[in-house]
Amino acid sequence: MIDLAAYSPAVQAGALVGAVLLEAIVLYVGYGALERVATPVVERIKHA
Amino acid sequence: MELFGIALTTLALFVSFGFMVGVLFGFFGMGGSFLVTPALLVMGYPARVAVGSGMAFVFGTAVIATLKHHDLGQVDYKLGGLMIVGTSVGIELGRIGVFYLEDLGLASGVIGVTYVVLLGGIGLFVTRNALTNDGEDDSGGHHDGADDEIDPDAIPDIAKKIQSYRVPPMMTIAGGIQVSLWMVLGVAFATGLLSGFLGVGGGFIRMPAMFYLIGVPVPVAVGTDLFEIVFSGGIGSFLYGMEGGVDLSIVAPLLAGSALGARIGSAATGIVDESDIKVYFGLMLLGGSVAVAFQQAGDYFAIEVLNTVGFVLILLSAFMVSGAVIYSTIATVRERSNVSAASPD
Repeated sequence: MIDLAAYSPAVQAGALVGAVLLEAIVLYVGYGALERVATPVVERIKHA
Repeated sequence: MELFGIALTTLALFVSFGFMVGVLFGFFGMGGSFLVTPALLVMGYPARVAVGSGMAFVFGTAVIATLKHHDLGQVDYKLGGLMIVGTSVGIELGRIGVFYLEDLGLASGVIGVTYVVLLGGIGLFVTRNALTNDGEDDSGGHHDGADDEIDPDAIPDIAKKIQSYRVPPMMTIAGGIQVSLWMVLGVAFATGLLSGFLGVGGGFIRMPAMFYLIGVPVPVAVGTDLFEIVFSGGIGSFLYGMEGGVDLSIVAPLLAGSALGARIGSAATGIVDESDIKVYFGLMLLGGSVAVAFQQAGDYFAIEVLNTVGFVLILLSAFMVSGAVIYSTIATVRERSNVSAASPD
């Protein structure tokens, strides 16, 4: 585990912003994949 | 029980609240993040943590939304780049203002009162607009509205007058439209100041300002606004992060909930008529305004129960409107399924 407290405030702040950016991209890709899987299932239920 | 140093109940609360905000943001295209900072203030977080974490949440949400709009070709990167310059200056001044007020011990009070006035004002406007239109279509604030044609009669005279001033240097934006560079920088600065001061994306003001004051077509205004929020939110988060104002244990669960909620809210725009829900949106903003007012009164008179009432009210407001969106979506889908099942093929 990296101890961010040992770094300057600018590095800590940069790491925080990077973490939020990374989470946003992972969520975009992850939920996008989930949507692609779920949409046909929902459509099938709707037209069942 | 704790996960990542945060109580499970608090974690579930943040994910649920993020989900509700995401549904609202996805459905109305704006306004959802406006609830986060007041909610954190009501929960008792210090002003700089509430504003800084609210801004980091807006940054993450804007990244996700911009990725979608980029795919649709609705981002003017030149206009966005210029707006980033004006917004950055505004955010820095807004942030200095927050820290100055914090040193004086007035930050929570001034930010709270500003929220009450803004949320209350916009809430009254939206509610009045929804009630007077009485179901008529109104493209303002709707995601799908980005693709609507602009009715010249819908532009107020004052906006036409402002657009007619052609202060050089002029620049060309998407669609071949000529706009004044000073107007672009002025709008960017004013909304950046608000972003830095309140920890919001500023889209609820910047988007209409780009449309009415600069003359940017709505689809480009929406996409460029989101692109710009990525930078303003990122810069704001960085500046607040350097002062210990960004709490990742708040931002991460909020974002996880909002990313899912935004997809559901966006999908709902194609199913539910926005005008049916808009009045609830206005009432939710008014509810948020009253909630922050309760919290301010609770702090001023040292009555703890008023803080609790404010917190419950802000959660109920968001829950009511996001619930109305999801309920209307399910009801409409069921209705359509019944109609298609009943009709002979």
